[in-house]
Amino acid sequence: MAKRIGIEVSIALAEAVKLANVDVIAAYPITPQTHIVEHLSEVVADGEVDAEFVPVESEHGAMSCCCGSSAAGARTFTSTSSQGLLLMSEILFIPGPMRLPIVMAVVDRALSAPISIWNDHQDIMSQRDVGWIQTFAENGQEAFDLTLHAFRVAEDRRVSLPMMVNIDGFTLSHVVEAVELLSQEEVDQYLPPFKPRYRLDPRKPITMGPVGIPEVYSEAKVAHNEALKASKKVILQGWKEFADLFGRQYNPVETYRSEDAEVLLVTMGSISETAMTAIDTMREKGQKAGLVRIRLWRPFPGPEFRKAAGKAKVLAVVDRCLPPGSTCGPVGAELRSLFYKVPGSPKIFNFVAGLGGRDVTVEWFEEMVEKATAFAKRRPKELYEVIGVREK
Amino acid sequence: MISEFEKFKRFKAKNLPRKEMLAPGHRACQGCGEVLALRMAMKALGENVIVCMATGCMEIITTPYPQTAWKVPWIHIAFENPASVASGIESALKVLRRKGRVPKKHIDILAIGGDGSTSDIGIGWISGALERGHDFTYICLDNEAYMNTGVQRSSCTPYGAMTTTSPPGEKSFGQVTWKKNVPGIAVAHNIPYVATASPAYFLDLMNKVKKAALVKGPAYIHIYSPCPTGWGSAPERSIEFAKLVVETRIFPLYEVIEGRYIMSRKITKPKPVQEYLKGQRRFRHLDEEHISYIQQRVNADYEKLIRLSEMT
Repeated sequence: MAKRIGIEVSIALAEAVKLANVDVIAAYPITPQTHIVEHLSEVVADGEVDAEFVPVESEHGAMSCCCGSSAAGARTFTSTSSQGLLLMSEILFIPGPMRLPIVMAVVDRALSAPISIWNDHQDIMSQRDVGWIQTFAENGQEAFDLTLHAFRVAEDRRVSLPMMVNIDGFTLSHVVEAVELLSQEEVDQYLPPFKPRYRLDPRKPITMGPVGIPEVYSEAKVAHNEALKASKKVILQGWKEFADLFGRQYNPVETYRSEDAEVLLVTMGSISETAMTAIDTMREKGQKAGLVRIRLWRPFPGPEFRKAAGKAKVLAVVDRCLPPGSTCGPVGAELRSLFYKVPGSPKIFNFVAGLGGRDVTVEWFEEMVEKATAFAKRRPKELYEVIGVREK
Repeated sequence: MISEFEKFKRFKAKNLPRKEMLAPGHRACQGCGEVLALRMAMKALGENVIVCMATGCMEIITTPYPQTAWKVPWIHIAFENPASVASGIESALKVLRRKGRVPKKHIDILAIGGDGSTSDIGIGWISGALERGHDFTYICLDNEAYMNTGVQRSSCTPYGAMTTTSPPGEKSFGQVTWKKNVPGIAVAHNIPYVATASPAYFLDLMNKVKKAALVKGPAYIHIYSPCPTGWGSAPERSIEFAKLVVETRIFPLYEVIEGRYIMSRKITKPKPVQEYLKGQRRFRHLDEEHISYIQQRVNADYEKLIRLSEMT
């Protein structure tokens, strides 16, 4: 087993792509994704991996190029952020139903206007329904491990779906963390070569992406949805084998001091580490607070989440996205839907925090837990509250 | 001169390939000049090709699932991006060949878009792919408007033409802009091969497509494609218009090989543009003044082209 080294998380993630022996990388630069693609173009230039780096003219071109590359049978990677993800949006919906297992690292960043290069989840939440498997990493080790897991799951013939790994911009992508990189032999043990069931080949011509007339369109959409739901089995299997080989076990949702908790914070991504510190502080004060962190966002792990929530009376759900004019944030809405009319389900309160790179502090998590506890007794006017906004 | 052309055996009436790569039974309109050009292009390329197609008439008429007219591997992703999809396929095959995961044999990669896809919405994608130097051929099948969505103007719609978004009226005479010079834009990328073609001169068209495929690096072919439905012309006259457009010097046939302009067919005794314009409903409203302007501009453009061919 390789030793732990201090490494920037973007570089660690790019190293995972290199170790996956990627064939084609098509990418367009956007802050804060740049370090990933810069490192990949370096390792290609130095011959550390035998791959084609296609420096495309836009993110839309990147995803289009990835579709072609994957359809031709190549292991394919790209990465983007924010406005770039939105420019890709039209094409993001296409590899899912076409069953093209592209892997993408999304370095989450706020959306314009006003323009902001800093972190939140508005970019990815706007693309929630693109039909990709979506995971969220909490730290550098996860960013590395989940990237390898993504290739393994996406390309599994039972899955054949595109998959994205989300890492928070700057607060995760640009920090140096202790990460245990795997060796090439170890990665090869875990990740078999990509053997697509279908690919563009003149020896065996196929038509990919034909017109879906009304008689077949619904069936095609349902087939994709079923495949996405069924992918969970392979996702779990991929994590189990990862644990068997390397000792790190991942689950669709993780819990922290949740067993006897009355109030549970629900988070995604890197703020979970601050949330854990807040839980420790609250526990010291005698508050029965715990944490549930969602790692697998799509397909949503409903049963696992219900189990993780246990007997908690209140969920304080943190969204890093403010959907204007909506009843609440996307994670809040997902969980309200999950627990709707389920007997004994917890009361759910939704907080929007950390937009455009605003730090979410330990104190704010404490405030959320306090407010959620109070709301459980007296119903608030709004279904969500934005935390940490100056009023003057 | 491009070395690949030395061993190239030109298509003649006697050695036309019998194999059709585009099957009959597709759903094109009667008299569609575009599908005819496509069929000829595919005949020239044969079976060792991968086709990336933009959304458009040719895409919908050939692939209403579960049917397909394609006997070669074919992929459609979206409207503006066949050049990017082709970039991905070309890059994939390059690396997979190096890694021994696909046979070493060369495979032609063809991206096809209509004039809307090429001259308007996809121009940036095409520019990117041409600039990066991928080994592929881009064919623009130019029927001079967005026909698939119901005849809206594109930047390849000719001056004065009536479309559903360039209607003649009290204050307008149809399309107010001159056709965009997309082959010229392709030439500006310093790619090895650019050509124009018309299905009326099918041997010329097939030879150009084959040459484009033989060239190492990007090639661009702009094919004039009559559309009776969109133009309001008689379906049986499509080939006639495809000939007249060349004979009137409106759409000259030429090649640009490594920057050198070569006229494929010099029109020494041009027919007046009026002969081409009449018989198409899209030009019916044009008066003498407009027609005389079109004639002047066609003359000037042709002279410029001749000068380019003499200079280079």
